[in-house]
Amino acid sequence: MTTPYYVTPEQVIADKAEFASKGIKRGRSVVVLSTDFGVLFVADNPSRALHKIGEIYDRIGFAAVGKYNEFESLRVAGIRLADMRGFSYDRTDVTVRTIANAYAQTLGSIFIEASKPYEVEIAVAEVGTDQRTDQLYRISFDGSVHDESGFICMGGDSDTIAESVKSGYHAGLTEREALQLAISALSAKADDSETDNNTSNPQGLEVAMLDRSRPRRTFVRLDRNRIAEITQ
Amino acid sequence: MNSSSFAEYLESTSPGSRFRLPEQGGESHGDLRHGTTIVALRYSDGVIMAGDRRATTGNIIAQRDIQKVFRADEFSVVGIAGTAGLAIELVRLFQVELEHYEKIEGVTLSLDGKANRLSSLLRSNLGLALQGLAVVPLLAGFDLQRNHGRIFSYDVTGGRYEEHDFYAVGSGAHFARGSLKKLFALEHSEPDAVRAAVESLYDAADDDSATGGPDINRGIYPLVFRVDSRGVHEISADLVSELSQEMLASRKLNPNGSRAQNVAKDKTLGDTP
Repeated sequence: MTTPYYVTPEQVIADKAEFASKGIKRGRSVVVLSTDFGVLFVADNPSRALHKIGEIYDRIGFAAVGKYNEFESLRVAGIRLADMRGFSYDRTDVTVRTIANAYAQTLGSIFIEASKPYEVEIAVAEVGTDQRTDQLYRISFDGSVHDESGFICMGGDSDTIAESVKSGYHAGLTEREALQLAISALSAKADDSETDNNTSNPQGLEVAMLDRSRPRRTFVRLDRNRIAEITQ
Repeated sequence: MNSSSFAEYLESTSPGSRFRLPEQGGESHGDLRHGTTIVALRYSDGVIMAGDRRATTGNIIAQRDIQKVFRADEFSVVGIAGTAGLAIELVRLFQVELEHYEKIEGVTLSLDGKANRLSSLLRSNLGLALQGLAVVPLLAGFDLQRNHGRIFSYDVTGGRYEEHDFYAVGSGAHFARGSLKKLFALEHSEPDAVRAAVESLYDAADDDSATGGPDINRGIYPLVFRVDSRGVHEISADLVSELSQEMLASRKLNPNGSRAQNVAKDKTLGDTP
């Protein structure tokens, strides 16, 4: 009889983490910015049908990078949780913290229990009454939650992109400045990038925002004409 | 569970939580609130829906300013008559149902799709309806494909019937429909259509004790919504108040409202020489 092959728990976790982060680094990127007019989501995404950005609830938005089928099921679960809470309690009782915690729990148990971890990174943001009350959370593949201030960059080359956003980011960005900053950051990828695509033109962008001035449902998608209009 | 329906998700997570049948039935439900009259009519740009503000429990006026017409989503409104508690819950569920679908699928349901969803939500209340706790909604919306307003009426079994010009539900519905039959015109402008809705609710209140008329002293007037190609809009209380007061002034001279022209006055009866 052969002895069973033994792998230490540390090794299992390290292998899973390496596997998941490799998968995420291969994909395209997303930038989320908190600005004066609201929270802006910009994704490098040429597909018109498969969204990376979505509406969760009145003041809560979602963005993800990584494997589409995996984050899509998380997006739907987030909408169900939010609608269920809003229906059982009240619309004002649905908060981004609840959603972020649920994602952290789900991703955490999948990372430990499943043989293959999810290759995704999630951002959830809630637009507040003013910029100081905006909340941005980033949830990693292992379920760890990062409470970010100002902006979030995720996906392939997220470090390079984050550097670029950081250099141009300030609280008083206008809609146009914020969008241009995000676009230039997404195109400022390292030359030795592992990503499969290096162009970030407005045609390949998915843009949405949580518009602070709107009543009730604040989520608005910007279509390609509108993006071109703003960036020109 | 891969459905885009919130109601199905709700049922799968907490089965039987909605509209559970009571152990015994058939007793009187005199102490429950009932909503009364809702009217809807098409006009040149879309559709108008209006409701009076009265809720009754038996012969008592339970509430003078109840809301019975609601925005369902960006392009539809729903009005309710019948047992108020169940009806308001139905509207809440319907609103979440439409929003849930829109968020998950990324597109809005067609107006026919919305009308069918309301049917199946209503059908789950059939048991209670047969015990006397009926809910009767009225749905109106703007169909972006056909580019005009549409009205759907329902019965307690979830039956869905499209109405072509105007319709009314609730205890004062017969009187309101009689009134609308004379006042409706598809060419009406928005203020004319709102005025017709306000007149028809007045006629309902005139003959049905459960329908409330305009309450000038308390400043309570019908709630009126418009749905056109721009979406749902609540007609301002100021405009409804103004139109109601004009109507009341004209009814001082003519308590029964507008009269048909006396078309026959110059004709001789019979044409035999």
